[in-house]
Amino acid sequence: MSRDTKPVGETVIEATHGWRFLNFRELYDYRDLLWLFVWRDISSRYKQTLLGPVWYVVQPALTTAVFMVIFSRVGRIPTNGVPSSLFYLCGLLLWNYFSQTFQSTAGTLVNNVAVFGKVYFPRLTVPLSSVISNLVGVAIQFVLFTIIFAIEKTGPRAGSYGLTGAAWMLPLVFMHVALLSFGFGLWLAALTAKFRDFAVLAGFLVQLLMYASPVIYPLSRVPTRWYPLAAINPLTFPLEALRSMLLNAGSPNLNLGVESITVTLVTLLTGLLVFQRVEKNFIDVI
Amino acid sequence: MGIPIIEVESLSKRYRLGAIGATSLRETLSQWWDRRNGRLPPSESGDFWALRNVSFSVQPGEVVGVLGRNGAGKSTLLNILSRITEPTSGRARIRGRVASLLEVGTGFHPDLTGRENIYINGAILGMTRADIRRRFDDIVAFAEIESFVDTPVKRYSSGMYVRLAFAVAAHLEPEILIIDEVLAVGDASFQKKCLGKMRDVSEHDGRTVIFVSHNLDSVIRLCGRALLLRQGQLVADGPAPEVVNTYLGQDRVAKPEIILSQFPRNDALRQSAILRILSSADAGKLPWIFPFGETLAFRVVLEVVRPVSQLELGFAVFSATGFEIASATSRGRTPTWAQSCGRCEVDVSLPSLRLAPGHYSLNLGLRSSHGQEDFVVGAAMFEVTVSRSSAEDSIDLIRAACVPETDFEFRQSGS
Repeated sequence: MSRDTKPVGETVIEATHGWRFLNFRELYDYRDLLWLFVWRDISSRYKQTLLGPVWYVVQPALTTAVFMVIFSRVGRIPTNGVPSSLFYLCGLLLWNYFSQTFQSTAGTLVNNVAVFGKVYFPRLTVPLSSVISNLVGVAIQFVLFTIIFAIEKTGPRAGSYGLTGAAWMLPLVFMHVALLSFGFGLWLAALTAKFRDFAVLAGFLVQLLMYASPVIYPLSRVPTRWYPLAAINPLTFPLEALRSMLLNAGSPNLNLGVESITVTLVTLLTGLLVFQRVEKNFIDVI
Repeated sequence: MGIPIIEVESLSKRYRLGAIGATSLRETLSQWWDRRNGRLPPSESGDFWALRNVSFSVQPGEVVGVLGRNGAGKSTLLNILSRITEPTSGRARIRGRVASLLEVGTGFHPDLTGRENIYINGAILGMTRADIRRRFDDIVAFAEIESFVDTPVKRYSSGMYVRLAFAVAAHLEPEILIIDEVLAVGDASFQKKCLGKMRDVSEHDGRTVIFVSHNLDSVIRLCGRALLLRQGQLVADGPAPEVVNTYLGQDRVAKPEIILSQFPRNDALRQSAILRILSSADAGKLPWIFPFGETLAFRVVLEVVRPVSQLELGFAVFSATGFEIASATSRGRTPTWAQSCGRCEVDVSLPSLRLAPGHYSLNLGLRSSHGQEDFVVGAAMFEVTVSRSSAEDSIDLIRAACVPETDFEFRQSGS
């Protein structure tokens, strides 16, 4: 037998009562599956498309162009002294990662009924893989950002914007957003398994949330009476932090940071509990 | 006897009938509101026990068949053993890794190649990448897909799909292999190969196999032992041929008459309704069992609540795999008196359908000029058994659903 070195333990199958937290040991045992899922997500995303990975760039580039016309030219929303292309691209870098990860995590249970109904493996491997695989898109879009940055900097409108010393914390910002989207996604996945209403809700909620977050406008332009609302939004902090790191054009502060990190951790922990509570029997009610 | 590899102790699983199916928030809220105001009784009446106090144990190396009619609890048992769903009470101890054979390519990604899918499918089933790499060539050879390894599986034929799925699972080397009805697909020679592989797995490697099938023949050939479930309870446990006999004889004494009033319906008009269906198998024979080649017959009892016009009774015969084989309606043949209020009996007989031996189900429908009046899915299950006539026609060589009466006329050709 192939796994003589690893003795097979006894599995006891019975009704679990109460809440379960993470089974790290099991997730570790299935780490190969996690990586295969990551690789499957990446390699299957643009199969049988002409442009392939170019799509990673086309989508944010077109969105940025549309934003430039509508919000900058027509709407005249200021972009903190930064060329609007860089301003929007920087916001989209993070926003796209959030919305993609959130939506794929939210669909975990409903979209995988066929496999989940046939074989057991830790269900969390599926959303975790999308948290990781979506980073590929971020990396490619980052290249686009760098190119536009170089072009704008050598152009006539080169201003005082640019990288700041805090840029080394960039991975932390993305980690923060990864956990945030994962946590919210787990909640939605659990709720959707019970009530399909939430699948509909999640779709347009994400759309609306973009306008409620400083993606197309800077936090500094939010009127004072609306500021508390912007501050509650856990995405405000990472968006502003990223802009301040890459373009020196954001206004994150400690209060925003503490609020956002607290919301993230609470959502993540409760999301894990709720997801695992629903996951064990959801196949009976789906 | 050593330590059993599977030990099941009074395993039970309850489903809440009301809770089955996707619910919407609105429904749940309104139910909750009604219950709070005392307008609805508590939902305990809607419980359904899919498994009730099932206990058995399996020794390493045993090949155990699980038998039972649809809805007897076979799938629920397998789902619990493969950890897809949790039992309501009771316990199962499993001393080894379990792999269940996936249905035709479940978990395959259509856009990925055979090679990529082997890795992913293997990992889903619990193999590490190193395990899969080591057995990769064996899997490909067993599935006979050598020249298509790097083709996306969406271009595979359905036969190749099944072969690949089985090949991955069979090379897993789990201590316990759970197989559910998968052998119904694939061509005859591949089925033979699968059965051989299963025997190898248990005899040479000492692994345990749990096998659920409607194919009684392969259960007898493969399994040393069989379990029989009926309405969620374990009613027989012993040598396979004996349990198969119990299943065929006793368990098959299904009621000749099936009351359809409580069957779930969609939103039909219900100005007239199908009340009952009765097996018209010859006296002295088992109801709902028809020897091959004999007339298939049943009787339907209808009730017309309000007079209708253009009433027609229809039926459709489905194979065990869900394929619609035959259907007919009484359009234009329903007498006028039957369309006014009252009950009537309709004798339906199909002298020349000649279904191949196997299991079938019957849907019934009633239409009028108003539209759909009633519709019952799975109104009756019946079986066509091997008879003397089928042996003569050597129909076990034919895999089609019907064997029509055919004339073959051979004539010497001139040139």
